[in-house]
Amino acid sequence: MNALNALIRRDLTIAYRRWGELMTPIMFFILMTALFPLGLSPHPELLREIAPGVVWAAALLAGLLGQDSLFRSDYEDGSLEQLALAPLPLEWQALARTFTHWLGAGLPLVVLSPLMAMLLQYPAAAMPELAFGLLLGTLTLSLLGAIGAALTVSLKQSGMLLLVLVLPLAVPVLIFGAQSAAQAARGEDPSGALYLLGAMLVLGLVLAPFAIAGALRISLES
Amino acid sequence: MNISWTWFHRLASPPYFFRLAGRLAPWFGWLSLVCIVAGLYGGLWYAPPDYQQGDGFRIIYIHVPSAYLSMMGYTLLAVSAGIGLVWRMKMAHAVAAAVAPLGASFTFLALVTGSLWGKPMWGAYWAWDARLTSELILLFQYFGFIALRRAFEDPRSGEKAAAVLALVGLVDVPVIHYSVVWWNSLHQGSTVFVGEGSDIATSMLVPLLIMIAGFTAFFAACLLKRIQLEVLERESGAAWVRELLEDA
Repeated sequence: MNALNALIRRDLTIAYRRWGELMTPIMFFILMTALFPLGLSPHPELLREIAPGVVWAAALLAGLLGQDSLFRSDYEDGSLEQLALAPLPLEWQALARTFTHWLGAGLPLVVLSPLMAMLLQYPAAAMPELAFGLLLGTLTLSLLGAIGAALTVSLKQSGMLLLVLVLPLAVPVLIFGAQSAAQAARGEDPSGALYLLGAMLVLGLVLAPFAIAGALRISLES
Repeated sequence: MNISWTWFHRLASPPYFFRLAGRLAPWFGWLSLVCIVAGLYGGLWYAPPDYQQGDGFRIIYIHVPSAYLSMMGYTLLAVSAGIGLVWRMKMAHAVAAAVAPLGASFTFLALVTGSLWGKPMWGAYWAWDARLTSELILLFQYFGFIALRRAFEDPRSGEKAAAVLALVGLVDVPVIHYSVVWWNSLHQGSTVFVGEGSDIATSMLVPLLIMIAGFTAFFAACLLKRIQLEVLERESGAAWVRELLEDA
């Protein structure tokens, strides 16, 4: 557990020292949400209708775009090999790494989402449900993205490939996430969709670390 | 354990598999030809027009077998990729590599025939219906598998990485399927096998079953031929391949 703590602290310190990189997905999220009113029309009814889907799709893309670099620097300087040899199971390390990455890349989106939703005329009363759904969903997406990042870490150009691999897998999260937000906006009870989001998160937490660690080992072999 | 595993181990040997595939492929080829000719006759002439859809329903004889094979193909892909990962069997990776483009083609065929069928029946080529959407996502999973495998310089790591992706996809396929089903459904429910019997009239069902058998045999024949090619490519340096080429 000490090793795990040290690992998390190290990753957080690195993230903190690279302030600028943390800002990029946030900027992307804001810009992408802003594109829709510009491209469609600024009618409040239309915006209110599309707000859940737009916020969710923007969070999905903003979260996944940063995942590309999740294991990259460790792979390039060789520390990933050392970590793989460490007595601490690679599965735990993968989980810790994904979580710290989410703290820097996913959590800010969750915090910002009410603001962006407000700009899209999303009703204020439904904000807690939207943010809670995004909290569950971005964690699941981080796990899925980490699988893609581990699979493509040894490739030179992996950004687009990562998206092509992970986006089809991310469809259920998008569907139930946007559904829960839309139900909350209509004043209905979104708990069904939220439960399903939670179930997918649990499934991801249990299975994804094995896939991430397996993929990392394969990438190290090549 | 009295079960003999020798057949399993023998399958793992490339020259044995190559010869077995070469011997089986023509059988499946002829079977598919017979079944598809019989099924087409049954489907296009023998089966009566549908009381609602008229002759338009006849595209079912292409659509349903392709859709079924697109899903069977993915299962085969993921299972053989999993065997390749767990038992480090080269042949299993060869099967996965051979099945991916075939499965993708049948998925594409199912999508095209489905949208052609949808135009006169639903009034639109495409609808964001559950089955159409999950079939489209399945197509992208095939593409992802092929793209990831090709992206690696070392084919050995490429096929292992793609195998992990296929397994992750296998876990995700039911989740995707049910998520889109609950999301939206316009497509008719399952009619071929409903509980005890079938909802389709026998005169329409029999040609469909024959077509499914024919398509499956065609899939198997193509798959065996593709596996042979895959084996030759992988084993191009081996002595038995050189002997084979000298004989030919």
